[in-house]
Amino acid sequence: MLSLEAVSKVYQVGTFGGKELPAATKVSFDVQKGEVVSLIGESGSGKTTIGRMILHLTLPTSGRISFSGTDIATLRGAALKEYYRHVQGVFQDPFSSYNPIFKADRVFALIREQFYPHLSDGEWNDRVDGSLKAVGLNPEIVLHKFPHQLSGGQLQRFLIARALLLDLQFLVADEIISMLDASTRLDVLNLLANLKSRGLSILFITHDLSLGYYISDRAVILRRGCVVEMGASDRVFANPLHPYTKMLMASIPRLDHKWEEMTKDRVLRAPPHGLTGGCAYYDRCPLADKDCAQEIPMLRDIEPDHSVACCRCSGP
Amino acid sequence: MTLQVENLTIYYQTLRGEVHALESTNFRIEDHEIMGLAGESGCGKTTLGTSLVLLKPPMKFIAGRVILDNEELPIQDMEGMNPFRFKKLSIIPQYAMNALNPTRKIGKMTAEFLRSRNVDFQAVWPVLKERLDLVELPETVLGMYPMEMSGGMKQRMVMVLSTLLNPSLLIADEITSALDVATQKAVVEMLVEFRNNGCCKSAIVITHDLSILYQIADSILIMYAGQLAEKAPTATIIQAPRHPYTRLLISSLPRLGARYAQKRLTGIPGSPPQLLTPPRGCRFGERCPDAFEKCQQEPPFVEVEKGHFLACWKDFDSHALA
Repeated sequence: MLSLEAVSKVYQVGTFGGKELPAATKVSFDVQKGEVVSLIGESGSGKTTIGRMILHLTLPTSGRISFSGTDIATLRGAALKEYYRHVQGVFQDPFSSYNPIFKADRVFALIREQFYPHLSDGEWNDRVDGSLKAVGLNPEIVLHKFPHQLSGGQLQRFLIARALLLDLQFLVADEIISMLDASTRLDVLNLLANLKSRGLSILFITHDLSLGYYISDRAVILRRGCVVEMGASDRVFANPLHPYTKMLMASIPRLDHKWEEMTKDRVLRAPPHGLTGGCAYYDRCPLADKDCAQEIPMLRDIEPDHSVACCRCSGP
Repeated sequence: MTLQVENLTIYYQTLRGEVHALESTNFRIEDHEIMGLAGESGCGKTTLGTSLVLLKPPMKFIAGRVILDNEELPIQDMEGMNPFRFKKLSIIPQYAMNALNPTRKIGKMTAEFLRSRNVDFQAVWPVLKERLDLVELPETVLGMYPMEMSGGMKQRMVMVLSTLLNPSLLIADEITSALDVATQKAVVEMLVEFRNNGCCKSAIVITHDLSILYQIADSILIMYAGQLAEKAPTATIIQAPRHPYTRLLISSLPRLGARYAQKRLTGIPGSPPQLLTPPRGCRFGERCPDAFEKCQQEPPFVEVEKGHFLACWKDFDSHALA
């Protein structure tokens, strides 16, 4: 349904834009209908950039993003608006997604103005009520309130309800629960699972591996803008192959067992020249040798639906 | 004994009345203990941590005593606290990474900061060098501006600064919430090393992430809506919690290996009460699955087993009967 083919994004940085900062390098993956793909990476790994490119907020430097067969870079005007009917995003901070001087339901009014100007008030209110109920909110309680009167979890579900008012097929959920409390984040997470069972595709962007595993069918692990490992969630999580993924798995604080040892003898090498050539994990990798600094490893299949970009690690 | 807090009550003064952010708090921390302080946002955990160091309006001191190393802290007295701050107790505030002055090099800032406390920079220099080694920062960071450092480096630098004078008590408020998993692990492990090397005698680690506390804390204190709910050794809190809130909080954490398709986790229904007009009785009563009539009265925070404190009528009764 949505596919990324060798998508790269290079930002121009520095005083006069003279330096280049690659935020994503040749990223390719697909999201099928009714599938949740989690995009996992640390800060600076380019996960938000990829989300923004899918939402047509920034254009890729090279490569192609296609939605139902159409290259989205070519969309303009009415076609782009039509695209937004199907593809929407929800972002990390629910409090800054609203204008604090207007009531929170203004986000619904704006959708109506843009996409459904012909609907009558009655029809529209029914739709809003239906959509709020779908995200588990009681319309009588949450409507006609200001953003500060609602909790973070309610605001975040409000934004999902807003997206559901459209003919939504694909949702980019960028760190949508990282600002919520443990007791409320599960409600939002379970809501995503319900929506998925109704056929919605979701790109779940997160830095939290256990949340990524809880919700997703497939996982894509990013490091410095490169995909280092991807595949079916159970395969990637049960049998992580890339040294970076292994390190991430070992660092997750867990309730069922303690970290084995203190992080001693960490590997520290100078990163390969600039941030381009070489493996994305060269500077920290315990397995790397000098070849790893030279060439970018290609993703290769290790088992069905599980591929890894590392020259050093062997099969399962 | 390092710290003893007795009946500490702190309200926030607002235009609409007083917010009961912290109500009759009683607990103690032993020497060399790392106590984790956990709870949802708005439960008063940051209020508790900050009030021990810097109690300023809109925070309002209502009652209570704080005793650190057998000396009573004049926490309601801004000036009177100055001899204690940084020397006896120190805080690493939330968003500590933004606490560094962007226009000063780290070394210069450190020197200015020490001078403001009447401490000789040269005398502290060997300690500073040793601490930088401990957190694996090169000495060259002292010549860098904060913008040249990564988030993890800044966080570690602030840790070094806060513990430079070996305070008895270090309060670390959400030091890891803005960091990546790998950096997070390194930073909290360094905190443990600080304690082991005597850079601070004991520590309060405030976080919303119970799984981090399980890795490093000796005991965990759970707060709910401005009141203490349960305090016990780490293993007891995680494996055999007795307060219904603790139980629900732990069961709502996704573990690695849990998927919604196999086992659907649930959050805690409802939301925390408004602290402007807190409900009578147990503040968790409304959301508690085990609530009964007695919960209309406020449960006392009592020791039900050695080292295990609890504020719940349910368990109180069964304990009294046994």
